[in-house]
Amino acid sequence: MRWLWIDCIVEYEAEKRLVAIKNVSLAEDVLHDHIIDGKPILPFSLMIEGMAQTAGILVGTTSRFKEKVILAKISKASLDCDVTAGDTVRYDATIDRLDEAGASTMGTIDRRVAGGDAWERIGRVELLFSHIDNNMAGTEFPKDNFVFSDNFKMILETAGLADLAE
Amino acid sequence: MNRDDIFEKIQEVLDDALGVDEDEVTPNASLTADLGAESIDFLDIIFRLEKTFDFKISQGELFPENLTENLDWVSDGSLTDAGLAMLKERMTHVDFTAIEDGDRNISKIGDLITVNSLVNFVEIKLAG
Repeated sequence: MRWLWIDCIVEYEAEKRLVAIKNVSLAEDVLHDHIIDGKPILPFSLMIEGMAQTAGILVGTTSRFKEKVILAKISKASLDCDVTAGDTVRYDATIDRLDEAGASTMGTIDRRVAGGDAWERIGRVELLFSHIDNNMAGTEFPKDNFVFSDNFKMILETAGLADLAE
Repeated sequence: MNRDDIFEKIQEVLDDALGVDEDEVTPNASLTADLGAESIDFLDIIFRLEKTFDFKISQGELFPENLTENLDWVSDGSLTDAGLAMLKERMTHVDFTAIEDGDRNISKIGDLITVNSLVNFVEIKLAG
């Protein structure tokens, strides 16, 4: 089973933008293995993965998940503060460039302000994805689309976007 | 936009795409051999050039791709005369002089793409 780092999709604009939510919980073992100054912290690397899954699904929708969309490069990533148990994080991804070889995406990370509905901007992540069957090195990969597993389909179904994967 | 302007913008593109210092980006620097670019960086560079100069770059237009798929172009891992002629015709922005009489191993072809090649390419695209 693939390790998902987003809980649900909350907004989708066809071929432009996708927004996902992650609720950070002490039920996740990884927080217990990443204690800083006595506080369980969600590692930034896993937040980048959360953004990669958000942006990767968005890029995947442009080919109706026919292309194998692989994270190829983290162009830029910055985070202004730590995220801990009880926090809700929002990944907002937009497509910057897209062609047959891949895509680049821009993304922002927001955190819900404790006790309210407001969000504060805490990070930015720019990513580069490869459509690996069209890679410039000419390397061949298995025919099955191993990238978009049933887990991703479940997330799409939950968001009422199941038809995008058909 | 003159050639110096193009060069300055390409310095910024390569600084962002490859994390190199602008003073490393000299006209004759090879993207792969000197600046450490890998195949995925080529896609990044293409996207950044498109955005910076506001034009579209087709697949295989800037960097050679899938050469091995055509047996007329590659034999025993080396570029044939027909392959070299094809590249010279399609990629006028690249100087192929170094391999005309020397090692034509296709693993070395990428080394021929220099900063100057990118400047030539952009100059040709903007003029066209």
